[in-house]
Amino acid sequence: MSANPTAVKQKPNWLIEMLGSTIGRKLMMALTGLFLILFLAIHLAGNLQLLVPDEGRTFNEYAEFMGHNKLIQIVSILNFAFIIIHIVVSIILTRYNRTARPVAYAYNRASANSSWASRNMIWLGMILLIFLVLHLINFWAKSKFGPIEEVVYEGRTYHDLYAIVKMEFANPLIVGVYVLAMAGLAYHLLHGFQSAFQTFGVNHVKYTPIIQSFGLLFSILVPLLFAAIPIVMYVQSLL
Amino acid sequence: MNMKLTLKIWRQSKPDKKDAKGNFTPGGGKMETYALNEVSPDMSFLEMLDVLNEKLVKEDKEPVAFDHDCREGICGMCSMYINGQPHGPDRGITTCQLHMRSFKDGDTIYIEPWRAKAFPVIKDLMVDRSAFDRIIQAGGYVSVNTGVNVDANEIPIGKGIADKAFDAATCIGCGACVAACKNASAMLFVAAKVSQLALLPQGKPERKARVEKMVAQMDEEGFGACTNTGACSAECPKGISLEHIARMNREYFGAKLTSERV
Amino acid sequence: MKLDSKVPEGPLADKWERHKFNLKLVNPANKRKYDVIVVGTGLAGASAAASLAELGYNVKAFCFQDSPRRAHSIAAQGGINAAKNYQNDGDSIFRLFYDTIKGGDYRAREANVYRLAQVSVNIIDQCVAQGVPFAREYGGLLDNRSFGGAQVSRTFYARGQTGQQLLLGAYSALSRQVATGKVQMFPRTEMLDVVLVDGKARGIVVRNLVTGQIESHSAHAVLLCTGGYGNAYFLSTNAMGSNVTAAWRAHKRGALFANPCYVQIHPTCIPVTGDHQSKLTLMSESLRNDGRVWVPKKVEDAEAIRKGQKRAEDINEDERDYFLERKYRSFGNLVPRDVASRNAKYVCDEGRGVAPTGLAVYLDFRDAIKRDGMKVIEAKYGNLFQMYEKITADNPYKTAMKIYPAVHYTMGGLWVDYNLMTNIPGLYALGEANFSDHGANRLGASALMQGLADGYFVIPYTLGDYLATLDYAKVPTDHEAFRATEEEVKKSVQDLLDVKGSKTVDEFHKDLGKLMWDYCGMSRNAEGLKLAKEKIQELRQEFKNNVKVLGTNDELNVTLEKACRVADFIELGELMIDDALMREESCGGHFREEYQTEDGEAKRDDDNFAFVANWEYKGENQAEVMHKEDLVFENVKLTQRSYK
Repeated sequence: MSANPTAVKQKPNWLIEMLGSTIGRKLMMALTGLFLILFLAIHLAGNLQLLVPDEGRTFNEYAEFMGHNKLIQIVSILNFAFIIIHIVVSIILTRYNRTARPVAYAYNRASANSSWASRNMIWLGMILLIFLVLHLINFWAKSKFGPIEEVVYEGRTYHDLYAIVKMEFANPLIVGVYVLAMAGLAYHLLHGFQSAFQTFGVNHVKYTPIIQSFGLLFSILVPLLFAAIPIVMYVQSLL
Repeated sequence: MNMKLTLKIWRQSKPDKKDAKGNFTPGGGKMETYALNEVSPDMSFLEMLDVLNEKLVKEDKEPVAFDHDCREGICGMCSMYINGQPHGPDRGITTCQLHMRSFKDGDTIYIEPWRAKAFPVIKDLMVDRSAFDRIIQAGGYVSVNTGVNVDANEIPIGKGIADKAFDAATCIGCGACVAACKNASAMLFVAAKVSQLALLPQGKPERKARVEKMVAQMDEEGFGACTNTGACSAECPKGISLEHIARMNREYFGAKLTSERV
Repeated sequence: MKLDSKVPEGPLADKWERHKFNLKLVNPANKRKYDVIVVGTGLAGASAAASLAELGYNVKAFCFQDSPRRAHSIAAQGGINAAKNYQNDGDSIFRLFYDTIKGGDYRAREANVYRLAQVSVNIIDQCVAQGVPFAREYGGLLDNRSFGGAQVSRTFYARGQTGQQLLLGAYSALSRQVATGKVQMFPRTEMLDVVLVDGKARGIVVRNLVTGQIESHSAHAVLLCTGGYGNAYFLSTNAMGSNVTAAWRAHKRGALFANPCYVQIHPTCIPVTGDHQSKLTLMSESLRNDGRVWVPKKVEDAEAIRKGQKRAEDINEDERDYFLERKYRSFGNLVPRDVASRNAKYVCDEGRGVAPTGLAVYLDFRDAIKRDGMKVIEAKYGNLFQMYEKITADNPYKTAMKIYPAVHYTMGGLWVDYNLMTNIPGLYALGEANFSDHGANRLGASALMQGLADGYFVIPYTLGDYLATLDYAKVPTDHEAFRATEEEVKKSVQDLLDVKGSKTVDEFHKDLGKLMWDYCGMSRNAEGLKLAKEKIQELRQEFKNNVKVLGTNDELNVTLEKACRVADFIELGELMIDDALMREESCGGHFREEYQTEDGEAKRDDDNFAFVANWEYKGENQAEVMHKEDLVFENVKLTQRSYK
């Protein structure tokens, strides 16, 4: 019997080694991505309350709850952390992947074998990052630090976030940016949703078609509904 | 009906260099243009290049160096990036199985070598794919010595599993997956072997160590990361499914989380 | 020269066991003191290199391809025979032995063939243990099929890619040993000579195909696992790089070349389409299990087909000549390869061939599809049909396939004794490179069996017997013998570069191929062979004076590589012709028109030709000298092969 040939190169810590491997980095992308997908769903559910025709009361009450619940606070910190991890790892990965092909093809027909979205995740992500910064300046910063009007429902005082939203979405430029960003989100999700499951190793004749169909539905529906909010509110502002 | 073609072929006389640290220095080279008449649609793509090379030799010019051997789609040696796709426009075949009837009279055809840091160009269209051998050496085997005296039928394997393992084992190691991937990732190649041996009972005793070692070697060679674009599987001459990459990912996480190597 | 085949005494069934016991052993701790060179990494080479390294020997393995995984064993489609009798259909070691001897037309050594049948069962066990995904039945057990005219189902297979799966199994074992450091691998390296020290093989001289560097490697023994020489015909089913150089250079150093004229022509290949053709593609023989071979009865119909005015479907049932079924009632379409090939040639010679070149017969699945349904046929042959369609643009589900014979395998090769050692001590030949097991004709699914038998189960025992007689000292590569051989090799390479003629290497190779195919192919006669000998001598002279090789030795030079190989093929071609001319009988793959029965079947002459013809090289432009090894048959009765 010959000795067992190759011992794995010992690195300080197995977890760091795993996360540092090409597969591990993808795992981080998939985990954070999937969390962000979950966040999107919840965020959408909250935002759709903007469309409840009660001059923003439902929305303001919801925002108050979200702003003061301890659990939500923790989750939102996590959310920011995950966004940052998602962005940082994606940049590291993209740079690393670039080095794997130092000389480019003179003639490449990538469209023959892969979808546009799958090849442009980093750029779609960049669009979303820019959008995110604008979005945070527009709403999150204002709700936290800005001068904000107050409304009173049944004796309790609430921040009138609805008024801020209403004002912003009266601006067609902002509405346009939002709609475009949501188109980017749709493409990002179109690849990202099912890709995350593939990275986790979920690929099965029974479940993969379901994941793919649901992913498709989600990738279209969620950005569409998000985009509907500014459009509807803009139209309302015209009336 | 014979065809007239314009060929744009990558010519490179000095090899690319890759040092132990993974630093890559291109050998330099350029696309050269050749006109070729009298190409029969019944020719295979490599026979068309044979004709070009005969012509070049007659003109005292250096023939184009390219890898090829079996010319029936199984040895995995031929490796050309043709009009922007590995092994050319047709699906499920290697370059040697591509026939000129897939092109039209007057076409311009771009022919390039596989491009990847882990596959340095040796000359013209030839690349060094020894990285694949090293990945297999890292663990792509079942550790049995010659002389096992266990009757073959004492290891029953369900037909479904056997077929699936075969689907993975059919990989010819040509490297089209790496060539097609925008990240020059070798995941499909590595996954095919990991998956074959993970599916079969013979591979079970070593499955954790195997996937850890093979993935580590894959990363060591400088292949990029998988971003699930699916280009590898689409261009694979043997149609190896992405399912095997998913299985490798499962194997990898499972091994990392539960193996006793810390 | 006295040839000792070293076949052990005793009853046939006990010979190998007894021999294994009598072989000298090398102490496990001493094995690491011996170096072994293995040239070629196909089934024989990879399995030998891996097995010897597992035992503890230091192995250096060489292949001209970029990876050991690409050796041409990979292209074998059909399967591998083994006398497992899993199917309960009457198979046994003796039956496999008997079929192989008979199939080889009684021109193989009994003891070797019996051993081959004995170890065949171990091969399957070994490969399954390695994770080779053989075809399975629903119950999980191994599936078998009947193959190449066998009357039992003893062929194990992995779809149409059995060779690939077996080679990858051996390659994985080899890779494991590369990782341990017991095997040092030299890809893209071609052996150009063997080095003899005191009459023993002690190393090789190789050319690094990337840098052109000529270098020496020393060892205690050299194993040539370098495959066959079918590319002497230019067009064959062999890989483009397959060559005879290693074996031929060994021959020129004194190794006897046995039965060079025994060439197998495979009946089911895709026909030639034109002068550009570079190689021929084999369609697995398994196709003949369901496909029916025919040509039109009338020459006019064949002519219309050749001109494209008619198709196979347009010929009525009663206008078709299913010539194999007609002539061979019991075996029908499943007659052995040589018989099927020759008959295809005959009907084409009669003007009834069906491709534009006139050189093709139909292999028709119409009736099988009607009988079993499209699905069953697709499951059995889907990948082959797909391959056929890719190459020809014809759909075999709708129209009959066209096939024609092509050179496929060479039964001849270096003479070896029972231990697989050539007449040069320390020089071994394994697999297709030797002559030993297939006689004048090889049965389907037996090449894989032989390659792996030699590598996994014979050489690990027999090599030790020789090494145990050597001391551990290594011969340094600056030894005079190495230097002298290196110089000769360098000179021969430089000579090729210096010709600076006007005819390309491929043109020479094509000329050689046509000559060999026309005069030393499926059917041969004295007159043609004599003519061919003259022509081949002219060709050889012309090659020396007019070959065009560009570039230098100190680079990756594809033309130079080819030139070295073609030079050897031309020399070998002449020996094949000599051998064919000498053998005044018909047997297996060797069919002499002068020696046939009244109904056109091969007629053996056991009284005068039941021997192995071993040729000894006598120097440049000298006639080679033939040494006979008489074949003694104690366990089978020599009969006329009959498949009627």
